[in-house]
Amino acid sequence: MKKTGAEILMEILKEEGVDTLFGFPGGAVIDLYDALMRSDLRHLLVRHEQGAVHAADGYARATGKVGVCLVTSGPGATNTVTGIATAYLDSIPLVVITGQVPTQLIGNDAFQEVDIVGITRPCTKHNYLVSRVEDLARILKEAFHIARSGRPGPVLVDIPKNVGQAVTDYAPVGPVSIKSYNPTYAPNIKQIHKAVALIRNAKRPVVFAGGGVILSDASAELTTLARTLQIPVTTSLMGLGGFPGTDPLWLGMLGMHGTYRANMAISHCDLLIAVGVRFDDRVTGKTDCFACNAKIVHIDIDPTSIRKNIAVAVPVVGDCKHSLTEINQVVEEQGLGRDSEKHATWLEQIDTWRKEHRLSYRQQDVIKPQYVVEKLFELTRGDAIVATEVGQNQMWAAQFYHFKRPRQWITSGGLGTMGFGLPAAIGAQVAFPEAVVVDIAGDGSIQMNIQEMATAVQYGLPVKVVILNNRCLGMVRQWQQLFYDKRYSQTLLEQGPDFVKLAEAYGAAGLRAVHPDEVETVLAKGLATAGPVIMEFLVDNEECVYPMVPAGKPITDMLLV
Amino acid sequence: MKSEKHTLTMLVDNEPGVLSRVVGLFSGRGFNIDSLCVAETMDPKVSRITIVTQANPLLLEQIEKQLRKLINVVKLREMSDDRAVRREMALICVHARAENRDEILRLVNLFRAKIIDVASNYYIIEASGDADKMTALIGLLKPMGIKKIARTGTVALYREPKRGI
Ligand SMILES: Cc1ncc(C[n+]2csc(CCOP(=O)(O)OP(=O)(O)O)c2C)c(N)n1
Repeated sequence: MKKTGAEILMEILKEEGVDTLFGFPGGAVIDLYDALMRSDLRHLLVRHEQGAVHAADGYARATGKVGVCLVTSGPGATNTVTGIATAYLDSIPLVVITGQVPTQLIGNDAFQEVDIVGITRPCTKHNYLVSRVEDLARILKEAFHIARSGRPGPVLVDIPKNVGQAVTDYAPVGPVSIKSYNPTYAPNIKQIHKAVALIRNAKRPVVFAGGGVILSDASAELTTLARTLQIPVTTSLMGLGGFPGTDPLWLGMLGMHGTYRANMAISHCDLLIAVGVRFDDRVTGKTDCFACNAKIVHIDIDPTSIRKNIAVAVPVVGDCKHSLTEINQVVEEQGLGRDSEKHATWLEQIDTWRKEHRLSYRQQDVIKPQYVVEKLFELTRGDAIVATEVGQNQMWAAQFYHFKRPRQWITSGGLGTMGFGLPAAIGAQVAFPEAVVVDIAGDGSIQMNIQEMATAVQYGLPVKVVILNNRCLGMVRQWQQLFYDKRYSQTLLEQGPDFVKLAEAYGAAGLRAVHPDEVETVLAKGLATAGPVIMEFLVDNEECVYPMVPAGKPITDMLLV
Repeated sequence: MKSEKHTLTMLVDNEPGVLSRVVGLFSGRGFNIDSLCVAETMDPKVSRITIVTQANPLLLEQIEKQLRKLINVVKLREMSDDRAVRREMALICVHARAENRDEILRLVNLFRAKIIDVASNYYIIEASGDADKMTALIGLLKPMGIKKIARTGTVALYREPKRGI
């Protein structure tokens, strides 16, 4: 059948199960948009291409599906870079389609030409420039396959204008096979037995789970392992929701702003079972001191994650879900779960640490940001999908909202991208129109993609933005306060907008709380409002996130409240 | 941990941008490149890249894993030990004064090199061999006046024709 490149694109999107895309048009993609009009795909017109990528990313994180966006060449393409890098560092499956100038003009500094394939090479899992329409279908199929398989990631496909226009004989392409790309899902069974042998002999084990557990949908298997063997669990920022935040075995998050008991447990454990993590420096602190009394089992689908930062006793290359299933099976065969009292002393020790230093704050006459998050947790019964911006707001959300399930927590962990939360919340809300979706924000970050309020309003996406307004770039200010003698260089946002009026200007609802006793009312009212809402909370501007491990220090060197 | 020279050979898709992916990986991750050689193989869809790098064992493991992770890298092998042969080539333009010509010819024969261009007072010598041999030859020619020099990186091949790459 004869089809244009643009029509082939629509065809493949449908074939790949895509129903929604996020984008912003321009000259180079006008043909693609024209074909889009004739398809039954849903397209959300964002207000900035960065917003399109974050929205697709939020959609992907909330659903586990591949997020898709479509943007024009040149500035449209460069505007996606931060979004792509954000998804890359958190291993989120995206297919980003960019328009390109016609092939005959490539290399000519043509109008709106930029070498986006060159620019995004180091921040995509893979990328393509489609130079012939005959290759388009295969490349698109490969792009989806690469984005979602193995360790997921963003893939960019750059389509020159004339390739979208060109007509070719289209025949559906078969299943993708790329000879040099075969991710290892099934773990080596010998390694599984070695891991179980360590588990059997451990006296003070800890499970440390990361984003890989969420990505591979392994949370049930992880929970089984922990509960069967009574092993306490901590997660990285990316792993939150991978283990129920209300379980007695839950240690809280570890690392720079981890809980006292999680960091202590890591430092005293004799076995660390690390699943789907990459030992980021925000987690390990000084690596020489990280889990230095422990043997480490490290399960990850990406071999480059293993032995990159931390030496391990038993590496297991494989999908987290596959590997945990195998481990659980061997554990059961060997009857290891029967001795449930085995780790009683260890769990008691952890409980002592818990009592010594809990996450805490004192609500006085100004609103404490933690209080807002705690109240939000109560009022939403812990069921909301929570996106965040970056900074203190993100850390307080991580500490005080207790996540029940995977894919409920949507945050830019690896890149730490301010401006991520609002568009990501929009993407999640598109996927789950009935869910309560909240963006916990700072007054700095929210202004980086505030224009997406218009998108939320246009499409009736009732996202709730909770701004913890401390009139500063709080997290940077915190570092200056603690380590730079309170020299607040360029971190005080002396002039902010009136967020209530701003909400209203976009056609959303705006609410504000100034006193602690207004917090609950504003939250309740905001959550009960049908459409998108901005709730602004004027919070203590000197509050810091604790515990805090200064960068590069051992994770037991915690500054505590 | 001791840092040593390692020769890595890979077969890659012969497509635009692939070399840049490989080289970008090295620069982006702070890996070092001592030398680099690229050319098509018998199969025009496949190129062979040979890189000499300096790394300790842990870093080498990372480099190899990262390279294997590139979608366009089809095969990768370390070729640092005796199971592989390694060669470099150099074109050396040397000052050929009358009193030095005999010595130059002697060296050329000794090193199994060739003179491939002769001008009134310059020779261009073509030499190939392992890195040590090249360094030795250049060292001996230097006193006579090397005008310019063009060297390739290392290329390498595994001795067993059937196995590996
Ligand atoms: C795009 C971007 N620029 C700069 C930073 C550095 N940074 C990290 S946290 C932070 C402060 C964020 O301020 P705000 O959004 O008000 O949040 P708060 O920390 O006050 O909760 C900054 C500037 C960043 N993470 N992202």
